Amino acid sequence: MSAGGARSAVTSRARRVAVSRRRSRVPTWPCVVAALALLAALVAPVAVNAQDARRTVRVWHAYDEAEARALREVVRAFERSPEGRAFHVEALHVAFGAYAAKLESAIPTGEGPDLFIDAHERIVSYVARGLVQPLAGLGVRELVDFDTAHLDALRVDRALYGLPLALKCGALYVNEALLPADPATLEDLESLRARLPRDAYPLVFEAESAYWDAGLLHAYGGRLLDAEGNYAFTGPAAARTLAHLRRLVDTGVVPAEASGDLVKKLFTSGRAAAVIGGPWLAPDLPPTLRWHVAPLPRVRAAGGAPLVPYVTIEAALLAARAQENEGARAFARFLAGPEGAAIRARVARQIVASRTAAMSPETAGDPFLSAFRRAAEAGIPLPSHPHMRVTFEPAQRAIRNYLRGGRSADDALAEGARRFADLLRPLPPARSPAPLVLAVSLVLLVAVAFAVRRARDPDFRVAVRRSLPAYAWVAHAVAAVGLLVVAPLVVGAGTSLFAGAPGSLHYVGLANYVDVLTARGGALLGTGSFWLVLLVTVLWTAVNIALHLVLGVGLALLLDRPTLRLRGLYRVLLVLPWAVPSYVTALAWKGMFHRQFGAVNAVITACGGEPISWFARWSTAFAANVATNVWLGFPFMMVVTLGALAAIPQDLYEAAEVDGATLAQRFRLVTWPLLAPSLGPAIAMGAVWTFNMFNVVFLVSGGEPDGGTEILVSEAYRWAFTRSQQLGYAAAYAVLIFGVLALGTRALGRFTSQGEAR
Amino acid sequence: MSGAVDVRRARDGRALVVELGVHAVVLVAVAFALYPVLWVLALALSPGDAPAPRVLPLPDSPSLVHFAAVLGVDGEAGSGWLFGRQLLNSVVVSGATALVAVALATPAAYALARFDFVGARAGERVLLATQMFPGVAASIPLFLILDAMGLLDTRTGLVLVYATTAVPFAIFQLRGAFSAIPRDLEEAAMVDGATRLGAFLRVVLPVARPALAVTSLFAFMTAWNEFVLAATFLSREETFTLPVVLQRYVGEYDARWGRFAAGATLVSLPVMALFYALQRNLVRGLSAGGVKG
Repeated sequence: MSAGGARSAVTSRARRVAVSRRRSRVPTWPCVVAALALLAALVAPVAVNAQDARRTVRVWHAYDEAEARALREVVRAFERSPEGRAFHVEALHVAFGAYAAKLESAIPTGEGPDLFIDAHERIVSYVARGLVQPLAGLGVRELVDFDTAHLDALRVDRALYGLPLALKCGALYVNEALLPADPATLEDLESLRARLPRDAYPLVFEAESAYWDAGLLHAYGGRLLDAEGNYAFTGPAAARTLAHLRRLVDTGVVPAEASGDLVKKLFTSGRAAAVIGGPWLAPDLPPTLRWHVAPLPRVRAAGGAPLVPYVTIEAALLAARAQENEGARAFARFLAGPEGAAIRARVARQIVASRTAAMSPETAGDPFLSAFRRAAEAGIPLPSHPHMRVTFEPAQRAIRNYLRGGRSADDALAEGARRFADLLRPLPPARSPAPLVLAVSLVLLVAVAFAVRRARDPDFRVAVRRSLPAYAWVAHAVAAVGLLVVAPLVVGAGTSLFAGAPGSLHYVGLANYVDVLTARGGALLGTGSFWLVLLVTVLWTAVNIALHLVLGVGLALLLDRPTLRLRGLYRVLLVLPWAVPSYVTALAWKGMFHRQFGAVNAVITACGGEPISWFARWSTAFAANVATNVWLGFPFMMVVTLGALAAIPQDLYEAAEVDGATLAQRFRLVTWPLLAPSLGPAIAMGAVWTFNMFNVVFLVSGGEPDGGTEILVSEAYRWAFTRSQQLGYAAAYAVLIFGVLALGTRALGRFTSQGEAR
Repeated sequence: MSGAVDVRRARDGRALVVELGVHAVVLVAVAFALYPVLWVLALALSPGDAPAPRVLPLPDSPSLVHFAAVLGVDGEAGSGWLFGRQLLNSVVVSGATALVAVALATPAAYALARFDFVGARAGERVLLATQMFPGVAASIPLFLILDAMGLLDTRTGLVLVYATTAVPFAIFQLRGAFSAIPRDLEEAAMVDGATRLGAFLRVVLPVARPALAVTSLFAFMTAWNEFVLAATFLSREETFTLPVVLQRYVGEYDARWGRFAAGATLVSLPVMALFYALQRNLVRGLSAGGVKG
């Protein structure tokens, strides 16, 4: 190199190093995060309670508001008492929907609670799954405080698994301003309709819930489950119950689509003359409301029989694998006994099971508590047969189909019975894993032979040696992804070869897949069949991607105009749907589609239309889901298109304009060919995400009507977590979803590459 | 003369109409995008939880009651400091996820973009495959693995799970970005004596900063908004992240929409701020990834 060249090389290198040194100053963001992490690590030990001297008892519950406050007060009283001084109680609230699932996953691994509060009817299945242990060491002295009937409800094979805490059942809350006298019959309430303003209701209760409708069903002499555990929600009693319910909703006596939340809100805001609800409603009622509890009315149409509600006995159950047995027992005794019960009756207005506390002057003299106690004595305890849990979904489906979907009563009830039989379908028999072991060994053998042959190939060896430096770059990513992403997926996929409840899985080979693909012996395109759900999912994906494209690309084209003012502002505002968490907006949209109180129907009525019951028909429920998902997804497509548009050089447009091309021609001949390749990967990713979009379908339509809007992921979730926990079956679903997507993306790839070549 | 002016005035007039039309369409889209968000905000600001059918999402008598309840400053014993702790949990977990995910993905993406090594294509296919598996299948095995490592109910365990699930997508994005950077840059640095690693750190990374920012933002957001795994793995209230806390407000029997909306607003604010700060990088970063796929 000449001197000048060397000098210029040196200066240029110096300039480059100087530039790179300036550029590679320590970046701020990781420092900020590291500082925060350090701060958190420092705060943590300081914040941990210095309660190490006492033994910790972990208690889980699903209490809200007043009941949680009562529990906290009981804990405080316990820790001050002589029995509880050595212990520290840690109470954890678990959301009601996730309660059972969390118990199932935590207790077997020893990560669960020592004591948990749950309903009596679940005990039989908990015992079957080894989640609870008998409460030993209780003498007659402690047990005499409780009713034998209540204790028997907590026994399985004569072993006692918990202590009864409170009775929960429905009774009639009466709003004295709207209803001066206690209604003797249901028909009295019905006649109140004419005298109330339009936005108030004579009676509010969850008319679509099988649990709450059971009161009416029992009045007509029907049952949900008979003594042998057979599904009994069919026949004339059930049909008459359904007809009566339909009349109540159609005449506006009872609001449609009422949730427990709505029941509370309507009563609290004075828009309900009477509601059927449990004792948990009381603590949150405002003092300005004049109300009292009355016995449930009789039903004249049922020959004067009273409404007979279900009674649930809430109990403190001792968890299996509890780490602090003694403490758990001590706390259970305190919580259920007179002292704890007195606090719970006072603070949470619970109908306590402790007889001492129930007979105390404050409790016995309290009209609310005695009214509920009378209602509980008139009710029947929820059957604890293991099939009971399975009755609710089919019964609810039947009720909903009849009330919302307009199917005939016989049809809806028969469908419910079919659904029940399907849920109780026996698991595939255990098979010997020999064929699988054989197949896997064969595959391994072939793979090893193949690998050895590759390794012998000198070209291959050279290629590997050349690749060695690259492996240093990918090593840790491979390790992390391999252990925490690939391994669980492989194990999860492997579960599809087993069947049974967690803890008692047995190998069944490909039986799960056969079941899924043959729609469990039902019609191939019947409700709940894999093929129907697949069809719905494909339609769902196609419609969504099409709308995402139209909206996203269209808006991007509009925003890309250089003459548009406020472009930056528009861009930020249009990206907003992406920034808010999807489950928040899914729930917001669900609220907006509510038939009576939703904003969408408000807009429709403001424009002069009729309010639509969005989740009653498949088309409108599907449209609601699509609207939500399009809202969530178009910003992504828009931003990708904006970026791709920015990469198209201006000269091409100018050349086209010079050549006299119109707007449409410019788009077709310049914009689209250059845009399409960049959109390809985005469309592919978007399609995969939409195919697996669980949040929207689960939260907005919940699969209504009758499971018709379910997509493959949400159906798999239901099989795994809500329908008798068939994990193997759900895993088979997951593997099939993966298979469909793999084939689909392969086909799409071939399609787009053909397009590109063109 | 006047004819040419007339033509120009007509053309200007037409351009104005077109411009107004474009604004109108965009405004409708903005209204569509904002409506549910404004509803959530209105719910957060209206005292009480009574739902009312209304067209305009305006609160009747705005009050900060729900925000106070969520933040725990309304006097309910012991909960005030808890929300702050949970907010910190979310920040720490999401920030750590972004860091770890980008740290793991960047070298691997660079290797995929620059080197042609044995197993590259197979690796890519495996990564793509992991994106297509629904998460339902993985949650229970993950639970068992974390339990075996003793990381259940800890923030570390959660960060590990989030980060590794974010890595495949991050690798794809970054690989596209690295492919778009011409090789001459590092090669010039290497000719001058820098090692491959040095060239990578000092030359390539700074140029790829927008893409790195976008990838970290994605990883941050995924971790910030994720609640299914957090609800499954975390059992103590002090370790909860914000989405789990929010979910508690919407129970089957007692949905406190006001508090939920207030919590949701608080949860969305940091992400919106990040979006605003990074919006230019967002466009550029996504396009670089999009072009090369």
